[in-house]
Amino acid sequence: MIWATLTALLSHWRCNRLQFFAMVAGLALATALWSGVQAINAEARASYDAAAATLGEGQFDQLLPRSGDKIDQSTYIALRRAGWQVSPVIEGRLRTEMGAVRLVGLEPLTTPGSIAPVAMQDGTNLDDFLTRGVIFAPPDVADALEASVKQRVITDPSIAPGAALTDIGVAQDLLDAEGRLSRLIIAPSQPLGLPALDQIAPQLVRQPAQDSGADRLTDSFHLNLTAFGLLSFAVGIFIVHGTISLAFEQRRSMVRTLRALGVPLKILIGLMISELVLFALVAGGIGVALGYVIAAVLLPNVAATLQGLYGAAVSGTLQLRPEWWLSGLAIAVLGTGFAASGALWKIARMPLLASARPRAWSVASGTTARRLGALAALLFATGIVIAIWGQGLTLAFVLLACLLIGAALVLPLLLHCAVSLADRQARSAMWQWFWADTRQQVPGMSLALMALLLATAANVGVSTMVSSFRVTFVDFLDQRLAPELFIRIEDTDQSADLERFLVSQAPEVLPLLSVDTDIEGIPTELFGVRVGPTYRKNWLFLDDSGNVWDRVAAGRAVVVSEQLARRADLWTGDSVMVASELSLPIAGIVADYGNPLGQAILSEAVFRRLHPDVLPVSFGVRTEDPAELRRRLTEDYGLPDTAITDQARIKAFSLSVFERTFTVTGALNVLTLAVAAFAILMSLLTLASIRLPQLAPAWALGLTRRRLGQLELLRAVVLAMVTTILAIPLGLMLAGVLLSYVNVEAFGWKLPLYVFPGHYALLTVFALLAAALAALWPALRLARTPPSDLLKVFANDR
Amino acid sequence: MVLSVQNVKKSFPGAEGPVPVLRGVSLLLERGETLALTGESGSGKSTLLHLIGGLDRVDEGSIAVDGREVTTMSDTERADLRRSDVGVIFQQFNLIPSLTVEANIAFQARLAGSFDADHAKRLSEALGLADHLTKYPEALSGGQQQRVAIARTLTARPKLVLADEPTGNLDEATASEVLGQMLGLVRETGAALLMVTHSQTVARRMERHVHLSQGHVV
Repeated sequence: MIWATLTALLSHWRCNRLQFFAMVAGLALATALWSGVQAINAEARASYDAAAATLGEGQFDQLLPRSGDKIDQSTYIALRRAGWQVSPVIEGRLRTEMGAVRLVGLEPLTTPGSIAPVAMQDGTNLDDFLTRGVIFAPPDVADALEASVKQRVITDPSIAPGAALTDIGVAQDLLDAEGRLSRLIIAPSQPLGLPALDQIAPQLVRQPAQDSGADRLTDSFHLNLTAFGLLSFAVGIFIVHGTISLAFEQRRSMVRTLRALGVPLKILIGLMISELVLFALVAGGIGVALGYVIAAVLLPNVAATLQGLYGAAVSGTLQLRPEWWLSGLAIAVLGTGFAASGALWKIARMPLLASARPRAWSVASGTTARRLGALAALLFATGIVIAIWGQGLTLAFVLLACLLIGAALVLPLLLHCAVSLADRQARSAMWQWFWADTRQQVPGMSLALMALLLATAANVGVSTMVSSFRVTFVDFLDQRLAPELFIRIEDTDQSADLERFLVSQAPEVLPLLSVDTDIEGIPTELFGVRVGPTYRKNWLFLDDSGNVWDRVAAGRAVVVSEQLARRADLWTGDSVMVASELSLPIAGIVADYGNPLGQAILSEAVFRRLHPDVLPVSFGVRTEDPAELRRRLTEDYGLPDTAITDQARIKAFSLSVFERTFTVTGALNVLTLAVAAFAILMSLLTLASIRLPQLAPAWALGLTRRRLGQLELLRAVVLAMVTTILAIPLGLMLAGVLLSYVNVEAFGWKLPLYVFPGHYALLTVFALLAAALAALWPALRLARTPPSDLLKVFANDR
Repeated sequence: MVLSVQNVKKSFPGAEGPVPVLRGVSLLLERGETLALTGESGSGKSTLLHLIGGLDRVDEGSIAVDGREVTTMSDTERADLRRSDVGVIFQQFNLIPSLTVEANIAFQARLAGSFDADHAKRLSEALGLADHLTKYPEALSGGQQQRVAIARTLTARPKLVLADEPTGNLDEATASEVLGQMLGLVRETGAALLMVTHSQTVARRMERHVHLSQGHVV
């Protein structure tokens, strides 16, 4: 019985191959976009875990120098003698023939247990590690090191991307940093009665564990990607839902027959579920494979984004992780279950003696459309409440969900109203029939049009956000990159001499003094700047309390970046501790896009008083003749040309980093729109197969098949146009939420919203073209329908 | 006795309370016997057929098929009854459109686990379907589709065949031919036949004739 029933159920798909293709392809595309994003997230998280495990980042409290970037080894010894359970770490860039490698030196006898879980393998033991020098590195770094160091290099994929791990003595030797350390890791358990840190090492500052990890900063970025993946998945599930609903409607008569012939309902439902699970696994498998390809293509750009925005290193190569592909298959099965649950429920509740005729394939006819409209109103109201009173990234995404789902649900009602309006304007009989028939088709196409609405709105929203960001970023670069030349030297001993030379050659020299520090628990770059015409003229403030640069120059105020202001909740007028002995009021807040760290800006004089050991290694120089100054610096002063960068090159580089940062978003955007176009194609094709009974009377009354085909094409374009026009304001609202809520939570900055009418017009044209292309094939099929097929509609024996 | 219907009552919900359709119907059917059930529209003919086939439940009364009480059966037991002991032929044929004629003919017997290829072949030939076995139902005429439905039912060798206006959708000549073939094959297989019909001509070709009026056998 089971085999015979399954054969009958599966035979439906054999006779409706297009429907089968639509379901499998929709599910595969949905799974591909979702699992692609998840693969990227999994790879990035694995990299963070590796970094945390290898370098101790984020796991333990650490001691860092208050100024400068090195700790003297004697300080470590003093702390150990005082009873502090600390372990030394040195980090530095080691040049190899294949580029620089981040070399980390640990002291294995004092490191807390969970750091550096390097397997002692291949005959290696602790003695080797301590005495003979062994370096552990991921495969690409190991290749680079082998030709550059004499120590034995062992490949270990668990080491953080771009890093190599060795004994601290070996690292100090290779980095030429004898007796110097970068930081001290504090073991979680410390003896009682320890002397205070200030008594033994006042030059060190304690950084709590949670502030150093990449996870917290990057979580928001991954949440963004996940949201995009989920949106793409939802668009794909629209296709699956539409196909399954239609297929189950068409199989109502078969189900009734099967039950009348003695197949128990439970077995029938069980077999239908098994059938869907089988399809979900096949489509999910295809989707996971496609997702792997998408992730492999996008991962290098994501790695660049994470490095650029958060300074987090992520491996650029993708691994096939079981938890990732299993979750891909699981989401495919769950998505199918979600898409099919309504259809299965209807089948389960369908009375055995109910009419077996397939009902109109609809999701939103009459009362249903009004109910969906009411639900949409509820979602919009919830969104408004969140927009006014809500806070936090999760609520920002709930707001986005309310907005998008609400708009999708209200779409059938709006389309119905638009078509009814057109119907009232129609004068000729043919157009009256056209609009009446279009109104009938709206429920059948609702799901595909909802997919188009979401994809187009996402496109408008995300591209508005990115373009607004681009405009703001270009302005920002113009402000910040005012000096015509930038000079960076390696040796601080050269600093004073170079500055004297520059002052003699250029009207304005801007030395850049900086140290990494901690303000209000936030990792921050503290800058000392020479306040002059460049700062006064070019820097714009997001908020200020007047006379900013005068007050900063007088050492009576500080300027902070927006990121620091938001994270520390410090605003203009608030006082901030810029050093242990100095608190200054905030005179202004500046934007600092693309920087994962906070920024505080003091006058040069105050900075030098606080950090007398720090000398400038970077200089900005204002000059009317950059080429001549460059010549003098290289020929007269003897500076290598590589130490000088001109303004245009830095701008170009910054913009290229920016563009790369949003490649992932752009790619996902295009893919989502492509899935929506596919949804329209599939719904039109499947609708075309059940349209004959509605079209045959019009044909019989005098409309040619060619004319019917043209009208079908026009119908698709009209519905797509109304949907796209509705998508534009929705997309702008989406952009508003992204810029005002999500970006602030995710990146720490708020951006102004710019409108790009040209882009929206182009997008509308593309959407209409996509709809027209999608409708072309079904319209051609209709135009070529043999008269005998149309006549069958009127045959009594059908 | 292959069918025993005793004092069966059935009502359906209406705007002004339950509407009685069957008001205490009783009838008996012997093995191999053919019975025509006639009556005006709304007299309860199809309802009675559905109740006997376990497609619906009685309000009161008893129905036994081959000695098995149908009214107390669970859904699964009634499905089992339809697979093995009762065959239903519908006015709308109810073939499975995505299966070939051959697969449709074999279908019910396969469900019951009693498929006999020789028997199916004999029935196909007797009903003039041998040349259409690889076709799909949509390629057949109404008369041919009804022949496929008859073959599907008889291939499973049911003890009782229930036919609901099986020739109602066919023209007179085709209906007469299909009816003749069906009666001949039913007799050949030894099954009992209970046929709902409006047609007195059809009813006269049955061994017995029962008329339903306003929910009663008259």
